[in-house]
Amino acid sequence: MQSLRSTRFLRSSQPLSKVPRRWSNSISQRPGSDRVRFPGAINSKFTTDMTFINPTEMSNIPTYRVMDSDGVLVDKSRKSIDVPKEEILTWYKNMLTVSVMDVIMFEAQRQGRLSFYMVSAGEEGISVGSAAALTPDDVVFAQYREAGVFQQRGFTLKDFMSQLFANRFDNSKGRNMPVHYGCNYPRTHTISSPLATQIPQASGAAYALKLQSLQNPDTPARIVACYFGEGAASEGDFHAGLNIAATRSCPVVFICRNNGYAISTPTLEQYRGDGIASRGVGYGIDTIRVDGNDIFAVYEAMREARRLALQDGGKPVLIEAMSYRVSHHSTSDDSFAYRARVEVEDWKRRDNPIIRLRKWLENEGHWSEDLERETRDKIRKEVLREFGEAEREKKPPLREAFEGVYDELTEEAEAQMKELKRILETYPEEYDLHQFQDGVNGLR
Amino acid sequence: MAAPRLFRPAARLLSSRLTSAPLRPQTACAPSILRFRGYATESGTKEVTVRDALNEALAEELESNKKTFILGEEVAQYNGAYKVTRGLLDRFGPKRVIDTPITEAGFCGLAVGAALAGLHPICEFMTFNFAMQAIDQIINSAAKTHYMSGGIQPCNITFRGPNGFAAGVAAQHSQDYSAWYGSIPGLKVVAPWSSEDAKGLLKAAIRDPNPVVVLENELLYGQAFPMSEAAQKDDFVLPIGKAKIERPGKDLTIVTLSRCVGQSLNAAAELKQKYGVDAEVINLRSVKPLDVETIVQSLKKTGRIMCVESGFPMFGVSSEILALSMEYGFDYLTAPAVRVTGAEVPTPYAVGLENMSFPQEDTIVSQAAKLLRL
Repeated sequence: MQSLRSTRFLRSSQPLSKVPRRWSNSISQRPGSDRVRFPGAINSKFTTDMTFINPTEMSNIPTYRVMDSDGVLVDKSRKSIDVPKEEILTWYKNMLTVSVMDVIMFEAQRQGRLSFYMVSAGEEGISVGSAAALTPDDVVFAQYREAGVFQQRGFTLKDFMSQLFANRFDNSKGRNMPVHYGCNYPRTHTISSPLATQIPQASGAAYALKLQSLQNPDTPARIVACYFGEGAASEGDFHAGLNIAATRSCPVVFICRNNGYAISTPTLEQYRGDGIASRGVGYGIDTIRVDGNDIFAVYEAMREARRLALQDGGKPVLIEAMSYRVSHHSTSDDSFAYRARVEVEDWKRRDNPIIRLRKWLENEGHWSEDLERETRDKIRKEVLREFGEAEREKKPPLREAFEGVYDELTEEAEAQMKELKRILETYPEEYDLHQFQDGVNGLR
Repeated sequence: MAAPRLFRPAARLLSSRLTSAPLRPQTACAPSILRFRGYATESGTKEVTVRDALNEALAEELESNKKTFILGEEVAQYNGAYKVTRGLLDRFGPKRVIDTPITEAGFCGLAVGAALAGLHPICEFMTFNFAMQAIDQIINSAAKTHYMSGGIQPCNITFRGPNGFAAGVAAQHSQDYSAWYGSIPGLKVVAPWSSEDAKGLLKAAIRDPNPVVVLENELLYGQAFPMSEAAQKDDFVLPIGKAKIERPGKDLTIVTLSRCVGQSLNAAAELKQKYGVDAEVINLRSVKPLDVETIVQSLKKTGRIMCVESGFPMFGVSSEILALSMEYGFDYLTAPAVRVTGAEVPTPYAVGLENMSFPQEDTIVSQAAKLLRL
């Protein structure tokens, strides 16, 4: 069976070097060797010194950063940021947009105008910076705190608001919870509530991309980008997903947003190792830890990760981006119950991705107080306009209440839809259909 | 093939009452059911919310049995995602009230292991929707080990958390798992409605030597119910497997559970007022074991049976009850049995659709009227 499988691989017209070789059959422990030659560990030196590895004695994985919290490049000798100014300004505006939208929508939830919302304050740099290194054809699996990824990939305010208010322009047709965005293009899977389920799915999607490029080498190479928080990394799915991505060499970049809190659980109670990055190493995955408040560091790491992921026929990469969750977990949470307000205020003021990039822009002479005020004002107005329009917009057509459970309508649903149509047409005076797209004709 | 009730009468979707109220009510249940409980004003009774009743049950059992402890996400420091475990960390300390990392499979497995080793864990799921991540531990280990080990490994564990309808949180947060757990030999399953139910059943679940699944409901937590003097005492326990007749009647038996009990009581009042019929409302309390005797006796009296629940239409609690009424009460039935259930659709988010996908009082009334040919 084993050999059958590998010959099938060989037939796929790829050079031998691209096929991961299975060493397990060819290794045996030779007498006199100073190294382990067991199948499970093929190059480990024997030692007579019985030492248990104590992780607390090892130095922690360093954190990559490009600029410091004053927006100044740390390494004076490095080349300057090789991204056009206009693009960096777009990133900045995208971060601002998400943050302005967050404040307004959080408030709207408090007023009872939608049932639920999740903000991403403090983590805009990770989502915008990483998404900036992706192509629209790259496939994204997000968790629920990556509005910046959607914003950077071209999701419009109208798209956001339509989903939040479940109107006729909502991609999920009023069926999915607020902030569970998704779109066909740029390729972005719809967000799912249960934690970490997207991680093994991302590995699977990456495997599909890999097979696709094996069968059709002319298609542009693509990766999967998979986002999750450090809390989700406690779920079994995280481990299954990373292990299978490593063993199947899937071109997937895992981006862990380590924001210090999983609802109320601080990282200290979430795990004991050196963050999530140390686990990537354990699974044999190329891993880096970056300063998530430094959008340049995130962008550069993601760009390089994407390149690595496409090397040698594909392999997974893990990025652990460090940040601080300035916001409450969601509108259902009041985080001051478990952390001091002053701690949060301190983080807000001292260091956050938006302020840091703003300082850099100002240092470079690309930004000013006036521009800041003007831009914020403009974004605020746009958000409020889209908010109002989305709230007033018509609901999806009536047939959407019946469709979608299966690929095709069931006989029962079909019959019920017909019956509903008959009733609506018989008693048109009784029913007010103006708020549904196409009124009674929305029933096909 | 029995056509599952995909949607209830379309009028609901289109009624102007719904469309003119775009705001989602923050409290999803009006406590109007209270007026049916005659003894609410009797001396000694006290209004207690379901949340506080559960909290009281947990505190009393932690106090009286040193083998018990609570674990789950957010249960300690944060007082529980729904504040059911409020104050327990302060009172019993971090050895008895334990916060866990976000690993349902992990902490549920840990609780099952502790139970197999002789402790009496109370495992809280933030919602039973998330218990899906750990369902292998619940079913393959907790429920079956006693049997498979030849009886040498009892598993005295309580799984609890909100289940079934919620407000505005869509498909992955609103599912009703009564039928899932109810179908497993080795598990006991209870579903409280009132505060007395909540306290008495949770205490019974913790004391029961078997694994017991306690299916609470998020929308009931904040609802207050009168609690009798007896129920306020710390020795108050309800028997698992015994239903309660919440409202006696002679014309129709409504068998229901959890939040649907309140809805059915309101519907029964409306049936009385509109049509003068007396519906008997049975609060199941326990899904497994099921109190078949109470159901069948009622059915023999009324000759008609209707089941109201929030699960999906097929292979559900109501399917089971309808089958049992046919097996044990066929000759007494004067009309075909009827079920009012959730709709055959993953719970949608939009408030109009969400309302239509769960039983509502007017659905119960109209289906009852149809059944009674009124």
